[in-house]
Order: sequence, then C-alpha cells, then structure tokens
Amino acid sequence: MLAAGAIEATFRAERARVLATTIRVVNGDFDLAEEIVQDAFAAALARWPAEGTPDEPRAWLISVARNKAIDTIRRRVKLREIVAAEDATEGTATSELVAVPDDRLRLMYTCCHPALAPEAQVALTLRTLGGLTTDEIARAYLATPATMAQRLVRAKAKIRDARIPYVVPEASELAERTEQVMAVAYLIFNEGYAATAGDSWLRRDLCREAIRLARLLVELADPASLAEARGLLALMLLHDSRRDARTDGDGDLVLLEDQDRARWDHAQIAEALALVPDALRGGPGPYALQAAIAALHAQAKAAADTDWPQITALFHELYRRTPTAVIALNRAAAIAMWRGPAFALPLVDELKGELADYPLWHAARADLLRRLGKQRESLAAYRAALARTTNEPERRFLERRITALTAS
Amino acid sequence: MQYMLIIYDEEKVWDDMPEAERNQLFGEYMEFTADIKKSGHFVAGDALQPIRTATTLRIRDGKTTNTDGPFAETREQLGGFYIVEAKDLDEARKIAARIPSARIGSIEIRPVMNFSA
Repeated sequence: MLAAGAIEATFRAERARVLATTIRVVNGDFDLAEEIVQDAFAAALARWPAEGTPDEPRAWLISVARNKAIDTIRRRVKLREIVAAEDATEGTATSELVAVPDDRLRLMYTCCHPALAPEAQVALTLRTLGGLTTDEIARAYLATPATMAQRLVRAKAKIRDARIPYVVPEASELAERTEQVMAVAYLIFNEGYAATAGDSWLRRDLCREAIRLARLLVELADPASLAEARGLLALMLLHDSRRDARTDGDGDLVLLEDQDRARWDHAQIAEALALVPDALRGGPGPYALQAAIAALHAQAKAAADTDWPQITALFHELYRRTPTAVIALNRAAAIAMWRGPAFALPLVDELKGELADYPLWHAARADLLRRLGKQRESLAAYRAALARTTNEPERRFLERRITALTAS
Repeated sequence: MQYMLIIYDEEKVWDDMPEAERNQLFGEYMEFTADIKKSGHFVAGDALQPIRTATTLRIRDGKTTNTDGPFAETREQLGGFYIVEAKDLDEARKIAARIPSARIGSIEIRPVMNFSA
C-alpha cells in the first residue's frame, strides 16, 4: 500500500516535466495542460496504491496525460463539429514523448518570452516550472491572489492569442533569450533573498525554486550560455549558504563581517566553489564574476582574512562590463576594506549624483564616516539612509547604529 | 496567422532628416517590401499621409463631431502598416525587426482577429 505522501513526492518531482511535455502535446494551451496534468495526478492517486508505483512514473504520467489530451481535443473538435481535425499528436507514441529532449527547456523560454511583462514572466515561471500555487506566488510578491491570478490569466491568454511559440529559440536569438531566463531566475532568487517583509518560509521557497531553475539551466543550457549558467548557480548557492547566519534570533540583519561562519552551509559552499573555475573560463560574464566575489568571501576563514585586493579587482572587471553606480559603490566598499575609509570616501562621494535616493549609498557613506570618527556627519548620513529605506530589517539595523552613535 | 505590424514614427525626425538619409530609408522600405512579397509573408501594407491630414470622427447621442487631427496626441504617430502572414509571434518579430522605422520609431505587433476559427 502506497502512502499518498509518496505519490505526492513523486508528482512534485515530475510535475514540471510532465506539464512541459503536455503543453507541447496540446499545442501550447497552458490552461488545458495544467488541467490534464492535475487529472493525471488524480489518476495516479486512485491507481498506484492498488497497482503499485509503475517502473517509470514519469512515463506513466506523461502517457496518461497524453491520452487525456487527445480525448479532450477530440471532444472539443466534435463539439465544434469540425470534420477534419488537425491532430499531429495522435501518431506520436508515448515512448517517443519520453525520449525527446527535456521539454522543460521550451517551457522555460516560453515563460520568459520577451513579449511578456517581466512580472508576468516571473509569475508564470513560478507557477508552471516551480509548481507554486497562485496564492503562494501572490503572498511572496505581496499581491492579492486576485491580482496574481489575473496576471497569470493575461500571460497565458497572450501566449495563446499572439501565438508565442512553444519552442527553444533559434540559434540567432538563443544567447539573448537564455540571458532573459537567467535574469528571471535571478529576480526570483533576489525576491526570496532580500529580507523585505512577507512570509519568510515562502521566501526560502523562492530561493529554492530559483536554485532549481539555475540547476536546470546548467543541465540543459546551450554550450555558449553554460559558463554563465554555472556562474548563476554558484552565485545563488553561495548567497543562500549564508541564510542561517545573516539574521539573528530576533530576525535582525547581521552584516557579513559579523556573521558566525560556522553557521554557513559548508556543503553548499563546496558545491558552489567547484562550479566557479568553469564559470570563469573564457571571458567571464557578470554572474560568474559575482560568484567569484562571493566565493572569496566564502573561502575566508574569518572576516579579517578576506582577500579584498582580489575582490576589488573582480569589481573592476564587473564595472567594466556593466558600468552602473551600484557596482561602483560596491567596489568602493571593497576598496574601503582594503585601503581604509579615508581612501574610499571620495569614491563614494563621487556617486552622489546618481545614488542620492539610494538608501545603501547613504548607509555606506555613514559607515565610512563612522570609521573615520566623524560622528556628527555619520549620524546625518545614517538618518538620510533611514529616511529612504522601506526594508524592515534594514530599518532596524540603521536605528541601532543611530542609537549607538548618539550614546557615544 | 496574420499579424499587423503598426509603424509609429516621429514625423519630425523624418522632416528634419537630411534628404540623402531620407532617400536611403525610402530605399530600404522598398527593398523590405519587395523581400516580404517574394518570401510570401506580405498580405498588405501602406504608408499613411502625414498627421496634418488626419480627421477624427465621433458620434455621441446621434450627434457627429469631426475634429482636425489624430485621436491621440502622442510623440510618435501612426505612419503606416503591414499585414504579414507568419507562423508565430517569433517569426512576426523577426519580420518587424527588418522594418526601417524599427530603428527610429517603433513597431507594434498585433495578431489579427480570426473569426473563422
């Protein structure tokens, strides 16, 4: 007798693949495919306990889903009284469906199609590839379930009505489109990682989903994108390895330099470090460079052992590729650790024009001023940061700093 | 599947352009149109006269009003269109990217409603 829990686990593991193939079978109708996959799962729940789990549960599920798809299409065709049915799927044997390359790749590219709005890309990816419910996605993004449902309905309607193809993009577009998939995965990760308000359990789930996506990319990506996919996966694994150490018992933020490094997930760090050399090969991209920076932090036994000159060099390289003020700020922070706050302060001040509304620019400045003993100016900068942040743990952190400075 | 490729241009950009450059763009348009006719994608297409020739008409409560000018005052104006046959949005996007105005204005890609399906 099979427990429903075991079937549920199998289904969770196979859902994305079964759904991805079913979408192809029903010619890109996401809603119909989701319904059919749900039915296939119900069939498994009804039959597996008595018949035993099939040898190849995925093939079984795909075969049941395919038959249901064909039945449904036939029924619909009859309803419309169309004599000649266009049914390319009928001749395809189940074994072929299972043998074909993983359809999750098509699903990924379609969900992250540039013709869909970025927030729709994220929602659709989480819903179809991640299997999160609409309610869960809504909670993670602080939207109402109705808004999120609407977003998903609109995205699926656009795929159908504008005929966004269910294919892996052709070679001329592949690199750009893979970049977009990576950007969506990274967006999901950051949403989970940024300690803003919301359900912390769900946020951890978002990180896990993003990491799963990155793993999928490493497994399936085209050769030209493989290095960056590895970089992305390593970067996520490294950040995520610090999840238990980056907040204290009260949920307050603990800075990297103050974290208890024994509480980092060292198995996960080891997995990430093994990816970094390959990620850096052949003109490293932005994810690989950021992963290399995170790797240097992960390798330092104590905060004082951090290789700041090397980190500064990597930020230089990153800035050369994507010259943004935020990267320049991070570089200045690394330089401050390496050559001291007096050297770095002018570099931070230089960015005022672009970052005057960015709370972390004020916070970084405040920190340098504090370390230089300029108490009054530091206090003003912390207050400016506090006035601009919307992040709750960040706000508490800044308040603690302000209290400490006022007391001394 | 048919898509309408709706061309939005800033007329001022065309007006301020040196003549040689304008001729060059016209040439590119001719070439593009000939290409998609040859490849079988072309269904229809035309350029429109400038916005100063536009009239907007409305009937409300049985009363007709005519207004001089376009329906919406925007920086970019509807300058022309193509209707093309394409297998999916990706093919339509590829065709749209070859329209010369994609580089100076923008192209809206809209699936044409099919009532016979």
